[in-house]
Amino acid sequence: MEEIINSRVQDIEVQDYHINIGPQHPSTHGVLRLVVSLKGEIVENLQPHCGYIHRGIEKMCEKDTYPQIIHLTDRMDYLSAHMNNHAVCLLVENALEVEVPERVKYIRTIMDELNRIASHQLFFGTFANDLGATTCYMYGFRDREKVLDIFEQSTGGRMLQSYYTPGGLMRDIHPEFQKNTKAFIKYFRKKIKEYDRILTGNVIFQQRTKNVGILTKEDAIDWGVTGPTARASGLSCDVRKHHPYSAYDKVTFNEVLIPEGDTFARYMVRMHEMRESMNIIEQLIDNIPAGDYSAKMKPIIKLPAGEYFERVETARGVLGVYVISDGNKNPYRMKFRSPGFCNLGVLNKITSGFKIADLIAIFGSLDLVIPDIDR
Amino acid sequence: MTFNIYDLTTFFQWVDEFLRGAMAPAWAVTIEWVLIGLGYLLFFAVMGLFLVYAERKVCAFMQNRIGPNRVGLYGFFQTIADFVKLMMKELIPIKQCDKFLFNLAPFIVVIVSFLALSAIPFGPALHAIDLDIGILFVTAVSAMGVIGYLLAGWSSNNKYSLVGGMRSGAQIISYELSVGLSLMTIIVLAGTMKFSEIVELQAAGWFIFRGHIPAIIAFILFLISSTAEVNRGPFDLAEADSELTAGYHTEYSGIKFGLFYVAEYMNMFIASAIAATVFLGGWMPFHITGLEGFNHVMDFIPPFIWFIGKTFFVIWVIMWFKWTFPRLRIDQLLTLEWKYLLPINLVNILIMSFLVLMGWHF
Amino acid sequence: MSDCFFLFRPESKYYKMDREKLKEKVLGLVPGLQSEETRDFTAVTVAADNLHALALQLKNDPDLLFDSLLCLSGVDWGKELGVVYLFESTKQKHMLEVKVKTTDREKPCFDTLSDIWSGAILHEMEVFDLFGIFFKGHPDMRRIFLAEDWVGYPLRKDYVDEVNIVEL
Repeated sequence: MEEIINSRVQDIEVQDYHINIGPQHPSTHGVLRLVVSLKGEIVENLQPHCGYIHRGIEKMCEKDTYPQIIHLTDRMDYLSAHMNNHAVCLLVENALEVEVPERVKYIRTIMDELNRIASHQLFFGTFANDLGATTCYMYGFRDREKVLDIFEQSTGGRMLQSYYTPGGLMRDIHPEFQKNTKAFIKYFRKKIKEYDRILTGNVIFQQRTKNVGILTKEDAIDWGVTGPTARASGLSCDVRKHHPYSAYDKVTFNEVLIPEGDTFARYMVRMHEMRESMNIIEQLIDNIPAGDYSAKMKPIIKLPAGEYFERVETARGVLGVYVISDGNKNPYRMKFRSPGFCNLGVLNKITSGFKIADLIAIFGSLDLVIPDIDR
Repeated sequence: MTFNIYDLTTFFQWVDEFLRGAMAPAWAVTIEWVLIGLGYLLFFAVMGLFLVYAERKVCAFMQNRIGPNRVGLYGFFQTIADFVKLMMKELIPIKQCDKFLFNLAPFIVVIVSFLALSAIPFGPALHAIDLDIGILFVTAVSAMGVIGYLLAGWSSNNKYSLVGGMRSGAQIISYELSVGLSLMTIIVLAGTMKFSEIVELQAAGWFIFRGHIPAIIAFILFLISSTAEVNRGPFDLAEADSELTAGYHTEYSGIKFGLFYVAEYMNMFIASAIAATVFLGGWMPFHITGLEGFNHVMDFIPPFIWFIGKTFFVIWVIMWFKWTFPRLRIDQLLTLEWKYLLPINLVNILIMSFLVLMGWHF
Repeated sequence: MSDCFFLFRPESKYYKMDREKLKEKVLGLVPGLQSEETRDFTAVTVAADNLHALALQLKNDPDLLFDSLLCLSGVDWGKELGVVYLFESTKQKHMLEVKVKTTDREKPCFDTLSDIWSGAILHEMEVFDLFGIFFKGHPDMRRIFLAEDWVGYPLRKDYVDEVNIVEL
């Protein structure tokens, strides 16, 4: 009798249970399709299918002039719009060996850091929302509105500004920029303590995020992970420290590294980075030198023939811009090494063996912006 | 009895005699049933709509915003507008689902909710079903709600719904135990399971004060486990809308979804009502022995208002910690129940029995 | 709470080969390399057959230790199709560009480097999708951005699409 039962058991075919965390989902922060194969509640394998928001930005760049490309880069990682613009501007300025005025460098650094704070505030809100603490979403957005108001006053745009141009800025800052920024920093230093009280110290939150989705330092280097995700695994990869640009060599700030590599570490790195950004802004805001807001550039910008590579630190990681120029006013080939695309690769590795609820927490902690992945 | 002015027993007896005098007893009883049923239906609907509005406003104030304030004065008619919208929505039929079970599931959940509601004492004579085993009846009936959730998850023919339904089933069945045991602590103190007797025994003082330490522990345990029973608060992963889109009721649209939604709020109301009745004295006013003047003033407030006030206080506490805490994961939730709440409950019952035997309660 | 430590980096204290030494060392690894200099980094061109061997040596050689793949980009040079790799070493802090080209535009094919740097997996899928270059030995070679049934490779210079591309 037993032999009959055992032989029947061997004939049974076990299929994977595939679930689609589909392009339309409240937690994927954009249109990304994850095909997850489950065993009960445990995730065995995960395949991302992207391309739902692929707009062919690299192809469009081959037909656009360099000032026009700035407007395209805004839309890639829209939460770090200033830093994306900065990358292309740096590349053009370094290729043409143009010296931008000091004022421009200071303002660019301050705007970049404000943008980083805004992006991390949104991360805080959406990460908490994915885990179920909806109130934190409201807190994050309430404080983010203040930063967006500062942007709107000087640049005209809240989230997508296209404020930098090759050679400098599009227009000078608003006279009240310094006052508003200082007021915001004073306000936010108090509010960030609220964030810690409501979420960081919460036992439920710590249980959901500690020891979940551990990324080792070797894996981070192997997969090309950069940004706060890699710094939470102990990998020092901050471009602002290793290859300083603009005014970053004039400020002192810490690069936050946490060795654990779990979801809680990724969250804590971003919380600390917000404080470090505020320190940077405080060092620069009172000392903006007077001067021009743009260097003199030719009306038509043509890069000399050759290859160029520039990188900046966005809120998500290292954005690299690689250009092959043949002397025309359009680049021959423009490639964006986006941080989200590289960070996405590691999702399968760190999620296998955890549950669906953990998948949501890990995915939220990677802080991916899908237009950044798809370009 | 100090609350004669609000005691409606004589009024209801008069109505009963009038009906029996006017027609055959069987007809009189039937008409009484219909009237009581309509009354409860009205209460269910109105309270359900009001609770949805209250939740939105409470949640908004905690999140530093205003909440609905356009439809009617202070947004009062928002839920009515939502209800009208839900009635007019298309009921999307699913191709290959088990149609009978699919349509049955919301009704099971609502029926169970109704049954539990009918056993709760709203006032001295406002009590539809007053069984000797009142508490046991309510616990048994609300256990049947699991069937509704499991059927909804299974018959939707959708993987997300199935996962949500399974999670919900495991969760509710586990937390049944904690709910029952924490209520049992008070039964030990009161000596009876009948709801009206429990309330009348609290005329000398609410059980939460009389039973001091074990009663307070039982109250906290009851709050936690009944929140998990109702699929609310930090335990709402069965319908976790940022993970599984909507869990077991993903495929329901229109008024069927409305039934699930209202049943969830009424279940919360029932759980709070039981907490208010068993721990906080039900419709008994707040008396301090010795202060006769104070007690007389307290007696002027109608018992129905006392009951509603206490229930809403407990509802507010439940809403408070829904909007503050993140969600628990399924294994953390089950660990909480089986490894922490259940042993604490058992020890608590022992302590309470010891206290009652030694006479160390107030 | 985990203890987090802050690092303030004044200068890079790691051994760094200057570009001349780096170029000499790399040119000696496999036969048939050509090099050129750009403003920021050295670029070597390697034949398709030697690509994998060169990559292994770049990663494992104790003086080079290129453990980080910075950028992987497909390029259409008009007559040739190719891939440009940018490597960096997190320990030695030097950078190198490697180019590989092929004149076969019908079925261009290179070895995959995803067994050496796992980060190359997604990048090579993107290159396959947009340029049509096939990578031998890749675990999951499929189109990643465009639909499965898309015809053509958009980032090539001779790609024509009357419907979707508007020529100004």
